[in-house]
Amino acid sequence: MSILVGTETKLAVSGLTGREGSFHGMNNRRYGTDLVAGVTPGKGGQDVEGVPVFDTVHEAVAETGANTSMIFVPPRFAADAILEAEDAGIELVICITEGIPVHDMLRVYTHLRRGTTRLIGPNCPGILSPGKANVGIIPAHFFSEGNVGLVSRSGTLTYQIGNELAQRGFGNSSIVGIGGDPIAGTSFIEVTDLFEADAETELIVMCGEIGGEEEERTADHIAEHVRKPVVAYIAGFTAPPGKTMGHAGAIVSGSRGTAAAKAEALEAKGVRVGRTPTQVAEIAAEIVGAKV
Amino acid sequence: MDLLEYQGKQLFRKHGVPTPDGRPATTAQEAVEAAEELGYPVVVKAQVLIGGRGKAGGIKVARDRAEVEEHAGAILGMDIRGLTVHELYVERASDIAEEYYAAILLDRTAKKPMAMLSRMGGMDVEEIAEKDPGAIYMVHVDPLVGFSDFHARRLAFGAGIAGNVVRPVGALLTRLYETFVQEDALLVEVNPLLVTGDREVVALDAKVTIDGNSIFRHPDTAAFRDVSAEDPQERMAKERGLTFVKLDGDIGILGNGAGLVMSTLDVVAQAGGRPANFLDAGGGSKAEAIVDAVEVILSNPNVRAVLFNIFGGITRCDEVARGLVTAFGQIEVKVPFVVRLDGTNDKEGRRILAEADLPNVIVEKTMDGAAARVVELAAAGAAAS
Repeated sequence: MSILVGTETKLAVSGLTGREGSFHGMNNRRYGTDLVAGVTPGKGGQDVEGVPVFDTVHEAVAETGANTSMIFVPPRFAADAILEAEDAGIELVICITEGIPVHDMLRVYTHLRRGTTRLIGPNCPGILSPGKANVGIIPAHFFSEGNVGLVSRSGTLTYQIGNELAQRGFGNSSIVGIGGDPIAGTSFIEVTDLFEADAETELIVMCGEIGGEEEERTADHIAEHVRKPVVAYIAGFTAPPGKTMGHAGAIVSGSRGTAAAKAEALEAKGVRVGRTPTQVAEIAAEIVGAKV
Repeated sequence: MDLLEYQGKQLFRKHGVPTPDGRPATTAQEAVEAAEELGYPVVVKAQVLIGGRGKAGGIKVARDRAEVEEHAGAILGMDIRGLTVHELYVERASDIAEEYYAAILLDRTAKKPMAMLSRMGGMDVEEIAEKDPGAIYMVHVDPLVGFSDFHARRLAFGAGIAGNVVRPVGALLTRLYETFVQEDALLVEVNPLLVTGDREVVALDAKVTIDGNSIFRHPDTAAFRDVSAEDPQERMAKERGLTFVKLDGDIGILGNGAGLVMSTLDVVAQAGGRPANFLDAGGGSKAEAIVDAVEVILSNPNVRAVLFNIFGGITRCDEVARGLVTAFGQIEVKVPFVVRLDGTNDKEGRRILAEADLPNVIVEKTMDGAAARVVELAAAGAAAS
């Protein structure tokens, strides 16, 4: 098993004809993801290496049965592309685009929450279910199938931690990047619940960072609802207040959103927090035993 | 992007939020001209992006021309908590009957805008929250519905403001919400929100933060950006499209991806070092970006050693290695570099570095090892100088 993406995924990429969209879309297809369509207004009828391109998501869904959408369009058009995918009946929208205005995301988020479409991201690396499907920009060759569910607000840090885990023999059920923006379509809590319900996942690793209170809320949720072991990592202990550290959402506001407060909140609820990526893998190995 | 008071008030006026009449000024002469136009008494206010201006002596009432000259001269060039005052705002003095507090901000946890009102204005909001948490009344606003009259009524009655200003305060809040949405703000704060003796309500201060990602649709706001007030190193990085934050240590840091760079800073700090900067060269860092990054990092004279921590995903380690070799060919590098390359094309990257045999470049295999090494080298550099 895996979560969110897998062998049943039928992917339509909004922005498939663009440079990034085609590079990563084709990478995902080579990995084995069932890439069924591209969407670029005005380019309907064309194809990208044999993948048909449609003018609208609605056409793509009608013609190919696409159930998952990956958004690779520039920030000023991205909110509209997400709304289009939702309106076309797509179940899962994964938005890679970085730099979408917050007010656009407030409206999109509120609208999607009233329906059934799930949004992952924006400003995220996507989702990889090793051996099954890769939707996004995660370099799949570092990861193999296994029992660790990994959820993170960051891309490269996920690869670093995933690699540390791989060196100790761990593989992954799924790796989910929820993104580094202040408004994320799907939260740590929701992904943790999906891993909790996933038969393959034995251990959950969550990788948080400064800004907001999601990690603190997740700590409370884990204590009440999650039985599987969780190991956490928090980035940004040395971040000064008031400075945005790369991700739009990574900012310590006054005394709020600090890494120390997050680590404390998690540890208070019995979640072990690795102080370095290496330590996360060591704790994981202690908990479930290395599987070399 | 934080706006100065007078810039925030410009946006307020655009959306009908009442403010006292005022003019910006950059010299004592301009301040006098502004005051003559406005009529006395006026308030001369330092324009800096930090709180506590009044306590620091950056806000003064002037009753005549001589006083304006005196105060403007004293405030211009003044240091307020580390920031130098380059601009003034000269505003007609208001008669103060009551001071309230109003704000609209993004509540990240609820993922909704939140409007706040308090009768206890004129002081630090965190201070109010600490002293008397019940004194601040808050309501969430559905972003698809917007700010309705009932929100204003709930705030006014909830905060317990004077009955005869419920309507005008409500009207101000409605306009404030409009400013918040239409200007793509993350925060609009009015502290104090003033009630005059004639029971008029005006925004006496304005604290506005605009979402940097929205600037493409706000050319007027983009023009508010004051390049001269920015740290020169941060400005240089921004011009080169690098995500950079200056810190106060002596170890230059470069990595790819915001999370990994934050983690690198932490690991260096745990090894006993002090990072000089956060620099995210981005996904897919090409050789030119690496050259730019090296220049930006080394433009800080405090840097005694540099750590490159790359985990290649989209970024290819061979590209990073080539960029580093090019940079060393163009720039005179006097401090040691510790380079850790892992991930996509890492072997090729390490081979390129080995072949180039750059002076002062040490290749380490792990993040922890690289951090320990760079801390050692920075300490040795400090001891030698």
